[in-house]
Amino acid sequence: MTLTSTITPGGGRARPQPAVHRLRGVSSRDRDWDGVRLHVVTGKGGTGKTTVAAALALALAAEGGKVLLVEVEERHGIAPLFGLDSLSYAEREIAAADNGGTVYALAVDAEAALLEYLEMFYGLRRVGGALRRFGVIDFATTIAPGARDILLTGKVTEAVRRRTPQSARHDGPGPYVYDAVVLDAPPTGRITRFLNVTAEVSGLARVGPVRDHAARVIDVIRSPETVVHFVTLLEEMPVQECVEGIAEARDAGLHVGGILVNMVRPALLEDSVLAAASQGVVDVAALTRGLQAASLPDPSRLAQELSKEIVEHARHMRVAAEARSRLAAAGRPCYDVPFLDDGVDLDGLRRLARELRDQGAV
Amino acid sequence: MNPTPPRTLDVDDLLDNPGTRIVVCCGSGGVGKTTTAAALALRAAERGRHTVVITVDPARRLAQSLGLTELDNTPRPVPGVADSNGGSLHAMMLDMKRTFDETVEAHADPQRAEQILNNPFYQSLSSSFAGTQEYMAMEKLGQLRRSDEWDLIVVDTPPSRSALDFLDAPKRLGRFLDGRLVRFLGTPARGGAFRLLGAGFGLVTGVITKILGTQLLKDVQSFIGAFDAVFGGFQERAEQTYRILQTEGTAFLVVAAPELDALREASYFVARLSAEQMPLAGLVLNRVQQVHADLSAEQGSAAAELLEATGEHPLAAAALRLHAGRVRQRNREQRLRNRFAADHPDVAIAEVPAYPEDVHDLDALRAIGRALAGVSTVP
Repeated sequence: MTLTSTITPGGGRARPQPAVHRLRGVSSRDRDWDGVRLHVVTGKGGTGKTTVAAALALALAAEGGKVLLVEVEERHGIAPLFGLDSLSYAEREIAAADNGGTVYALAVDAEAALLEYLEMFYGLRRVGGALRRFGVIDFATTIAPGARDILLTGKVTEAVRRRTPQSARHDGPGPYVYDAVVLDAPPTGRITRFLNVTAEVSGLARVGPVRDHAARVIDVIRSPETVVHFVTLLEEMPVQECVEGIAEARDAGLHVGGILVNMVRPALLEDSVLAAASQGVVDVAALTRGLQAASLPDPSRLAQELSKEIVEHARHMRVAAEARSRLAAAGRPCYDVPFLDDGVDLDGLRRLARELRDQGAV
Repeated sequence: MNPTPPRTLDVDDLLDNPGTRIVVCCGSGGVGKTTTAAALALRAAERGRHTVVITVDPARRLAQSLGLTELDNTPRPVPGVADSNGGSLHAMMLDMKRTFDETVEAHADPQRAEQILNNPFYQSLSSSFAGTQEYMAMEKLGQLRRSDEWDLIVVDTPPSRSALDFLDAPKRLGRFLDGRLVRFLGTPARGGAFRLLGAGFGLVTGVITKILGTQLLKDVQSFIGAFDAVFGGFQERAEQTYRILQTEGTAFLVVAAPELDALREASYFVARLSAEQMPLAGLVLNRVQQVHADLSAEQGSAAAELLEATGEHPLAAAALRLHAGRVRQRNREQRLRNRFAADHPDVAIAEVPAYPEDVHDLDALRAIGRALAGVSTVP
């Protein structure tokens, strides 16, 4: 599905302009999120947001650049998708994309991020042992309200801002290390709180270094170069959460990106057939004749059995159609991510990435 | 490869056993934990047990079907439950902040309670710390269990950052409140007693002051000053509930969907439960693809192609395509399930078919209950 002319990305704001730093040739394709450098991917639990985030990273990298895919929930969901054992707190190349692009991945761990932060900003090295003994690590990474989220988003936004050192002959900052960063973010229920760290922190730490750090994070999060995409299934509860999540994110001043509809099944039956079947009505006689024509054994029994599957499918499709119309009301561009019967591996991811590119998502 | 079929979980045996006092449903987000908990509780009640189900953040229409209209932290009778077998069903939605507040009010004198409830750090902690929800779910479970008013308590665990939070957060919060950091932060004057805390103390003090800033430090200190006097035994309380979970009257059910992610998390959870000596009753596998005709994916696709080539019988061709896709999905799900079963041969499994519609009423919950018990398939 492509963008309709009345809808602009960025919550009704002007369409994000391609950033000036973009040195690569401007793509001839119409890309809805051109210029966006941080793609936050959220969704209800079980909607497959890790899979969609990974496909999005591959799709972005197929422009020929470097894309970083980040996970922050300690769920270790990225590695198995790419056929790897595990990821650690170190950025590593995990897949090549079309056109010479590359996907890097990083699993952010709050404790490691805290120690890195202390070293980077306070020059404190090897304090981990002492901090752990006193329960400070526990406190900062799991108990202090908002601290964990700042540590995680801090690391992500650092990767977004990071530039390669410029050679002495050139003035100004060097090019960005990553052309785009894709964040496999916490689920919809927690996403706004997760990204909206300043609200939490300004209530607690009114001045001081934590406050400053949070302000740097929020600069990136609120920038038009950051959008939040919502992954959903065509089912009642995920759509409900998606629609509520979009409203909440918008109210919090975040830029809402697209709706990524995951596990979309093809419509195999005509609308009239589906409508009847969703009421339990299937033309079993016609079905039997067809099965007979295909020389299948015991066609009349098979037709009875298959008609049960048709009815279930039709009821699924009816729920899906209702879900579609609710999503349309949310006023965001929708992209379909097809369901793969055999599950998603790296080849499957590449297929999903091509689908996203074909729909002009990236 | 011809794997031995996984053991089937006897759900009715579990629910009917008077020795079963607590059933905890746990698993990753979006696998249907809340629905499973509600269906089990309803089935147990209609089979004759006085049952209460604690849910956390149920979907609106499921909440309505249980007669829950708002968060109110008190078990309410569920209308429409059959009582012919002498059982009953109550349901409650956990309000984590309120449980926390009530726990404070129950243990502190009014003045100190007010001091705690008004502290900015407390307000933030009680509503935002990922672990408070887990802690409070366990606290509520402990309260209900100790009251001994119910034959059976069914608990739906909170949608955690990770399944681990459910086991770890209560202890972590307890450990924090009883820990050295709290004693340091909670002591306003820097007396000689700190020397006893040992090496590294000065360093830690410096880091904390530097990072938190004085304002936040003051809030934390005054919170802990008030809180510590009241909750000296916070950790002990958490451990009490933890021990209840380890007793034989508790049954953990790991809930999953037949997907790589959810089953990997289920595997991990099974390993953790056994390491913690928590009694695991089995795995509930929700949303299992149903295949109604005995025709392989290859046969289905081949026949569909044949019909498509002739351009006739479009209904049969589509039905065969549909069937082939379902078989492929079912086969993939069975491979995942069998891999899980091979890794955990002792874990019994109950499968629930994928339903097209969400659960909106007690009849749908009853249907899921029957499927869990293995007495029916799709309605």
